[in-house]
Amino acid sequence: MIEGISIHHILTVTTIMFFIGAYGFLTRKNLITMLMSIELVLNAVNINFVAFNKYLYPENMQGHFFSMFIIGIAAAEAAVAIAIIINIYRNIHSIDVEDIEQMKY
Amino acid sequence: METIIFYILSLVILVFSVLTVTTKKILRAAVYLLFVLGATAGIYFMFNYNFLAAVQLTVYAGGIVVLIIFSILLTHQINTDLDKINIKKIALGIISSGLGIFLVLSTLNNHHFEASNKQATDSTIHGIGRALLSYSDNGYILPFEVISVLLLATMIGAIIIAKKVEE
Repeated sequence: MIEGISIHHILTVTTIMFFIGAYGFLTRKNLITMLMSIELVLNAVNINFVAFNKYLYPENMQGHFFSMFIIGIAAAEAAVAIAIIINIYRNIHSIDVEDIEQMKY
Repeated sequence: METIIFYILSLVILVFSVLTVTTKKILRAAVYLLFVLGATAGIYFMFNYNFLAAVQLTVYAGGIVVLIIFSILLTHQINTDLDKINIKKIALGIISSGLGIFLVLSTLNNHHFEASNKQATDSTIHGIGRALLSYSDNGYILPFEVISVLLLATMIGAIIIAKKVEE
C-alpha cells in the first residue's frame, strides 16, 4: 500500500474517473470517441481491482491477475471494435452513431 | 513524498480524463487518453506492481492508443472539429454522472474498510509466471488458456471483418 494514502482516496479518484467515462459515453456521437470513453471506464475499474488487492488482501494477488486479464480483453475488444468501425466507414462514409441505422445484410 | 506523487498522478488522471471527453479535436482526445493511461501506470508503480505497470504501458499506451490514432487518421479529416452536442444532452449527461458520483461516494464514505496487515506476496515476474502456469490454489492456468484462445479468435475475426470484400 502507499504510505499516507487511505483506500478511500484511491476509490474517490477512480469513481470520478469512471463517471467521466460514462459521461463521455452518453454525450459523444462519434464511435471512436465512445471507444475512448470505454477505455477510461475500464482503466478506473482496473485501478479499483489493484487497490482492493493491495489494501485488503495483500497476501493473494487476485486483483493483480484480474487487472491483467482485463487489459488483455480490452486490447481484443479495441481491435475488433476498430475493425468494425473501419468497415462501417467503408460502407457509409461516416462513423457517427446517428448515421448508422441499418443492418445491411 | 509518496503522498505528493499520488496527488499529482490523480490530478493528471482527472484533468486529462475530462479533456478526453470534452475536447473538440479528435486527435487531441487520443493524446489526452495517452496521458491518462500513463498516469495509471504510475499508480501501478506506486503500488509496487511493476509487471502490471509495464503491461499497462506496452498494451494500452503502446498498443491501443496507436490503434485508435491509426483509425482516426483513416476515417477523419483531422482539421475539422467534432459536431457540437446540444446543451440538453450535455446537461443530462452531467446530471446522470453527477448523481452516480454522489451515490457511490456517499456509500464509500460510510463504509469502513478493514485494512489488512498481512505480508504482501512477492509481485516479481518470477512469482507472476509461476502463478499464471500453476494449477493448484491461486493458480491461473485456466483463464490464461481461455484468454489465449480468445486472442486468437479476435485476431482472425478482426482480419476477416476489416478485409476488403471482392465485388
